[in-house]
Amino acid sequence: MNDNASLTSHSPIASDGDGFLLHDEDRAAILEERDHYEQPQAACIEALKIVQRRHGWVPDGAIPAIAEVLGVGPASVEGVATFYSLIFRQPVGRHVILICDSSSCFLTGFDELREAITAELGIEFGQTTPDGRFTLLPVCCLGACDRGPAMMIGDDTFGPVPPDAVAELLKEYS
Amino acid sequence: MTSSPASLRYHSQLRQSAAERLAETHPLTWRLREDGALIGLEEYVEKEGYAAVKKVLGKQSGQDVIGTMKEANVRGRGGAGFSAGVKWSLTMQGGDLARGYIVCNADEMEPGTFKDRLLLEQQPHLLIEGMILGGYANNSCYGYIFLRGEYIEAARAVSRAIGEARAAGWLGKNIAGSGFDFDIALHTGAGRYICGEETALINSLEGKRANPRNKPPFPGQSGAWGKPTVVNNVETLCNVPAVMQHGAKWYQGLSGGLSDDGGTKLYGVSGRVNRTGLWELPIGTSAAELMDRAGGVRDGRALKTWLPGGGSTGFLLPEHLELALDFDTIGQYGSRLGTGLLTVVTEDQSVVSLVRNLEAFFARESCGWCTPCRDGLPWTLKILQSLERGEGEQGDIELLESLATDLGPGRTFCAHAPGAAMPLESSIRHFRHEFEAGITHRRHAAHADPIPVGEV
Repeated sequence: MNDNASLTSHSPIASDGDGFLLHDEDRAAILEERDHYEQPQAACIEALKIVQRRHGWVPDGAIPAIAEVLGVGPASVEGVATFYSLIFRQPVGRHVILICDSSSCFLTGFDELREAITAELGIEFGQTTPDGRFTLLPVCCLGACDRGPAMMIGDDTFGPVPPDAVAELLKEYS
Repeated sequence: MTSSPASLRYHSQLRQSAAERLAETHPLTWRLREDGALIGLEEYVEKEGYAAVKKVLGKQSGQDVIGTMKEANVRGRGGAGFSAGVKWSLTMQGGDLARGYIVCNADEMEPGTFKDRLLLEQQPHLLIEGMILGGYANNSCYGYIFLRGEYIEAARAVSRAIGEARAAGWLGKNIAGSGFDFDIALHTGAGRYICGEETALINSLEGKRANPRNKPPFPGQSGAWGKPTVVNNVETLCNVPAVMQHGAKWYQGLSGGLSDDGGTKLYGVSGRVNRTGLWELPIGTSAAELMDRAGGVRDGRALKTWLPGGGSTGFLLPEHLELALDFDTIGQYGSRLGTGLLTVVTEDQSVVSLVRNLEAFFARESCGWCTPCRDGLPWTLKILQSLERGEGEQGDIELLESLATDLGPGRTFCAHAPGAAMPLESSIRHFRHEFEAGITHRRHAAHADPIPVGEV
């Protein structure tokens, strides 16, 4: 089983962060988030998400950049970045597919859905298609149990997804 | 089958018609529309929205609100079942103490649970009103809605509602002329089931890794940034406006003698049944009635077993269907009500495989803080995988039983490991023969597919 596939681990190979420059808009957005809390560290997760929205993932250079904006140590930012499953510390495809692998979907066709998607894309959990279009990951119960098996593509939630509808569905995402 | 991508989109929906849902009997859902569309501020106010805030703020004391909530006995709908009124009465306030925080736990990730999504997506103002009242009672200066990152639609609905409420003066300075200042921010998460644990949630809110904290001190004493903090589930907070509007006695009466608990519950059913869904029913409604509403098991199969309220509750049998679905009753049968959303398992589905799926979830989602959880769960998973493939060895079941004990209450900082132990222990108790078959079955080649359900 590849259920533990995770993109949250720091990869020593992906070190194109050396020249990382925090976008001015992102810096402003992080500072605005900071003001919602009693202490700046609290904006850490949102800051990572802000960077990820622009780059698709969190490059190495973003860690000290965020730390500097928030006035906290880079280790605490990296500690947070590697803990949360939806913060990606490796490059991902243009669309991240999250397939719910929890109990209700397991009972209503998760295995068949996963097989249809891995067959269609030729990748397993934790992998990205060679054309950089899709990354495939498992996710905790999506709270769509009444319509399992459920999955997300980017911001969109689907369910139930019959295996034979997968090819058509993926076409919507170029 | 040619489903168009648009028709595959998920929409949260209640399975009850508007005619069935009345303000007097369905405090959580009577305002919801047949078409499932978001209820904006205008419609919410037309339907008695913010009436409880107007009735209470500046006219009753915070202690009065807590008193009413204690009498109503709204038990925590996130699954723990602890009285919200009692929890509020333990929040430290007064004297030189700084005002603290009220946090809504909207990190719905319990396997098999899809109830808070409905309230968040379709009726966010009810939650905001509940938080204003809770903030008033607990002397909170600020509220946070901790929403799981994957609930995109809910985030849109909640953000919009917070903006509307602020513009209309329901949030901000001097709410409804009462002198009470209070505002709310939406905080969205970035994954990890453990964030739903109260103290891990507070760490996550503070921008840290979501490891649980030791208790005591309880959050009501020292929570977010060391301030008194109260954390309540979405459904719990959504009950508050009606309790304050109509009173504790009315709320108690909603269960109509079905239960010692008061109020209604958002119940649901998932799995292979004919009509999965959500229903707001008196708390204490039987699982049998819920199964009737769900149209029974699909494809003419028989019911094998069911979970009453998520992946961290214990398995129950068809003979338990007549039980009242409330905290005390279900607690007497080696399980917990949990979130009150049933997961149905049919006769042709393997309990060993399902428990393997559940323990894989708990193993992956352990935050790694406590040894029994971090190390015990992956070992549990490995044994279950062996049994599932017919590669089990003598002693495996006894080892699983001892793991279920060692993962149980009191060995770890939080309830994650005990939550994993309950389905494990109860599945072995009820279906030991299925586990034994994983030992006695003719050995498959290593890493072969699971042995067919009929044989396990």
